[in-house]
Amino acid sequence: MDANKNILVEIAQLRKSFGTNEVLKGIDLQVEAGEVIAIIGKSGSGKSTLLRCINGLEVFQSGKLTVDGKPLMHENALAMRELRQRVGMIFQSFNLFPHLTVGKNVMLAPRLVKQRETKPGEEQARQLLARVGLVEKYDAYPDQLSGGQQQRVAIARALAMEPAVLLCDEITSALDPELVGEVLRVVESLANEGMTLLMVTHEMSFARKVSDRVIFMHQGRVHEIGPPELLFANPQTPELQQFLSSLND
Amino acid sequence: MVDFSLWDIFRNLLLAARWTVVLSLIAFIGGGLVGLGLLVFRLSKTPGADKLVGAYVQLFQGTPLLMQLFLSYFGIALFGINTSAWVAAALALTLYTSAFLTEIWRGCVNSIPKGQWEAAQSLALNFPEQLRYVVLPQAVKIAIPPTVGFLVQVIKGTALASVIGFVELTKAGTMITNATFKPFLVYSCLALMYFALCFPISLVAHRLERNMNRGRQ
Repeated sequence: MDANKNILVEIAQLRKSFGTNEVLKGIDLQVEAGEVIAIIGKSGSGKSTLLRCINGLEVFQSGKLTVDGKPLMHENALAMRELRQRVGMIFQSFNLFPHLTVGKNVMLAPRLVKQRETKPGEEQARQLLARVGLVEKYDAYPDQLSGGQQQRVAIARALAMEPAVLLCDEITSALDPELVGEVLRVVESLANEGMTLLMVTHEMSFARKVSDRVIFMHQGRVHEIGPPELLFANPQTPELQQFLSSLND
Repeated sequence: MVDFSLWDIFRNLLLAARWTVVLSLIAFIGGGLVGLGLLVFRLSKTPGADKLVGAYVQLFQGTPLLMQLFLSYFGIALFGINTSAWVAAALALTLYTSAFLTEIWRGCVNSIPKGQWEAAQSLALNFPEQLRYVVLPQAVKIAIPPTVGFLVQVIKGTALASVIGFVELTKAGTMITNATFKPFLVYSCLALMYFALCFPISLVAHRLERNMNRGRQ
């Protein structure tokens, strides 16, 4: 392996089952710092599960997963707290805290986990909200925002923890079509600024535009992996060919 | 024969009402604390916790409060401890209340979407923080109406403590009836007093519920 590479996430022989149903059948993947990876595939292929394994929302049965050289240990609450500070996650259903204002949603975790004082916390929250174009919504409650705005707040909230990697789990799938663009523009700007991103997505043109590598998952395995221009233009396996052509129907 | 005025009856009942209030408060506070402890224990996913608390809840929900009072009164004595009606009633009502409250509150916590826990987890919050800052504030709002509804039940349930000789409202009513031979009058006053205790609590609950909803708009 190239010693100059700065491997941020390393996954080796990862296996995960729900009961008797094995959804991840030995995943190997290395993600470099600054890399943008899009994960595509049919529903049920294990893409979301893979993402959720990386920050420990799912417990896997065997294999190894390290973030920043530190192995993921489910049983160790302190180690998980450390790891999760390095890994941010954005969900399909936003999951903003409805009882807190937008500003407090962003400030909560840094205050509790990083012991950030109120003043710098507020400043950071305003900065991040400005970055996603929502600084005027600082005092609003989540249910007063559109889906696209809520998702942008969720991005700001994840960024407030200054993660090294951001996991995006179908973050535009719950949005009305006209709101998808505003969220993707934010993600694209993050990619351009060098944020390491792993995203499960159905937005193929977006995946093609921003990602460095695309992973096609099929039946719990990494079926094909490569740069987007190659993968989309010249799929090697019949499964990927079929998947791509089914999108064009 | 001594004659009792309405005021005599009312005054004596009012004095006894103090003990109903005190006993209710003990049951609320003790039951609330124990119930919260059991809830957290259950949510912490400690192995066996769910089954254990589940059995506890079934035990207290599946037996009459009257039996629980008897068992607590005579049961403590079995251990050679000299018990008073006070201690027995307070203990039985606390355990009874805790079993119901922990089950009511579990339902409220379960109604919070799983995504809220997951978001809190992925922001590196630990379990107590997830509970304290994300889940409980949302669950409390849902919990107020059923909790208050149940607390009104507890106030009325304290009447059963009269059977182990605890002098609260109902016991006092019976004693006054025996002295005055005016059961209808005495028990009417009694009913009014229970109503006067329970009704304001329901009112407060409604107001709380409204205020919390307004706070979010």
